[in-house]
Amino acid sequence: MLTQIHNDRPSKNGDAAAAPRTKIEARSVDFFYGTTQALHGVSLAAGVCQVTALIGPSGCGKSTFLRLINRMNDLIPGIRLTGEILLDGEDIYDPGVDVVDLRRRVGMVFQRSNPFPKSIYENVAYGPRVHGVRDKATLDEIVETTLRRSALWDEVKDRLGTSALSLSGGQQQRLCIARALAVEPEVLLMDEPASALDPLATAKIEELIHELKERYTIIIVTHNMQQAARVSDMTAYFYLGRLVEFGATATIFTNPTRQETEDYITGRFG
Amino acid sequence: MALHTDRRYEEELAHLRQLILEMGGLVERQIGDATASLASSDRQLAERTIERDHQVNRYDVDIDEECLRLLALHQPAARDLRLITTSLKITTDLERVGDMAVNICERAIDLSETPSALQVDLPRMADTVRKMLRESLDAFVREDADLALSVCKEDDTIDAMHAQMFADVLGRMTRDPSVVVVGTAQLFVSKYLERIADHATNIAEMVIFMVKGKSIRHLSVPASI
Repeated sequence: MLTQIHNDRPSKNGDAAAAPRTKIEARSVDFFYGTTQALHGVSLAAGVCQVTALIGPSGCGKSTFLRLINRMNDLIPGIRLTGEILLDGEDIYDPGVDVVDLRRRVGMVFQRSNPFPKSIYENVAYGPRVHGVRDKATLDEIVETTLRRSALWDEVKDRLGTSALSLSGGQQQRLCIARALAVEPEVLLMDEPASALDPLATAKIEELIHELKERYTIIIVTHNMQQAARVSDMTAYFYLGRLVEFGATATIFTNPTRQETEDYITGRFG
Repeated sequence: MALHTDRRYEEELAHLRQLILEMGGLVERQIGDATASLASSDRQLAERTIERDHQVNRYDVDIDEECLRLLALHQPAARDLRLITTSLKITTDLERVGDMAVNICERAIDLSETPSALQVDLPRMADTVRKMLRESLDAFVREDADLALSVCKEDDTIDAMHAQMFADVLGRMTRDPSVVVVGTAQLFVSKYLERIADHATNIAEMVIFMVKGKSIRHLSVPASI
């Protein structure tokens, strides 16, 4: 199953200067919680196998936007969305879309690691099982490959049967990344994935993000500006539900175009 | 512009600007005293100026340390990052200008023992160079890219003065070999002044980068910025 994993990486034979193909595209997205408008006309395109960081102060709409990309907000009563969010050019809010399949293609890692109270092995094998994989050898292969890909294999290979809750916080978070990868997603959404971790565990997650972007399109919400600068190719600055500026991370952090962006990233905010 | 939420950081950046200004003021004085010692054959003034160079060097080291500390502790971004990287480069230029002032003083000491200095227009060139340096530092303080650009444009004037000086003194030395020692020393001074103008131009170019986030270094000087 994993050997057939979809590799979105753009051809290296193509024009090196060409922008990567768009994986996720938001078009004029307005989003409401009841009568409260949380997003105003957000348009943004995330390229294939790129890391896009969403930054901005609390309440700016960045997490709301992230959660729209795999329809995590669907269960909240009274929500309303206008505009479009496209995955490979297809509207993910189209009534014909299978949300379970969408969430397989667009995985999510949360701020607090949330492993199931099961063994390490079962945490990773759970998703593929739900999606119909029964063969033990195939599951073993998925578990190993995915744990290797999330840089956890060497630390847990001798205790796959022990409880996931016995792992350290950083290991638990990498296990959650492995769990997301086990169902062969194309996009990984990360909502402050390292905010509860110490600097060493954070560095491991950041290094992992760097490796994962070889295969996956990653969108990450972070309050840690330096983390956004370190891990992302593109950065989007949100404020009061609006996308203020979106550009190459190196440009945003050395010479942003908008004064509001400048004030925020230099700590002149509020 | 809004102040930093972290007031201590705001004060530290203001302190960095202050240090650059103090160093710039000191270097400007060094050039002034060096050229004055040359013009008035004042050996003592030249020696005092040479002794003072260690203060310039001290600022160079202190400002570098301050910049490294700010980079390490605050992970600055955008214009703060450009201010700090610009400061690191400006101090290197200012330190070199300080060395040029010492070189001018050394030639002044040589020439103070030679009664017949050539009548050349070094003071006018020195005044223009000092103005360039002062304006490049004013541009830094006021974050004035237009003023910095005018300094860059002025560099051609100094290059022309130096070329004229060279042709003039060389001609005189060719006609009268007895002035070769004096003439060579004065050509050196002319070259030092021309180099100081280059450093002032470097500072002005960095100020433009700091203000606009755009590098014009190693390019022909644009008409406007």
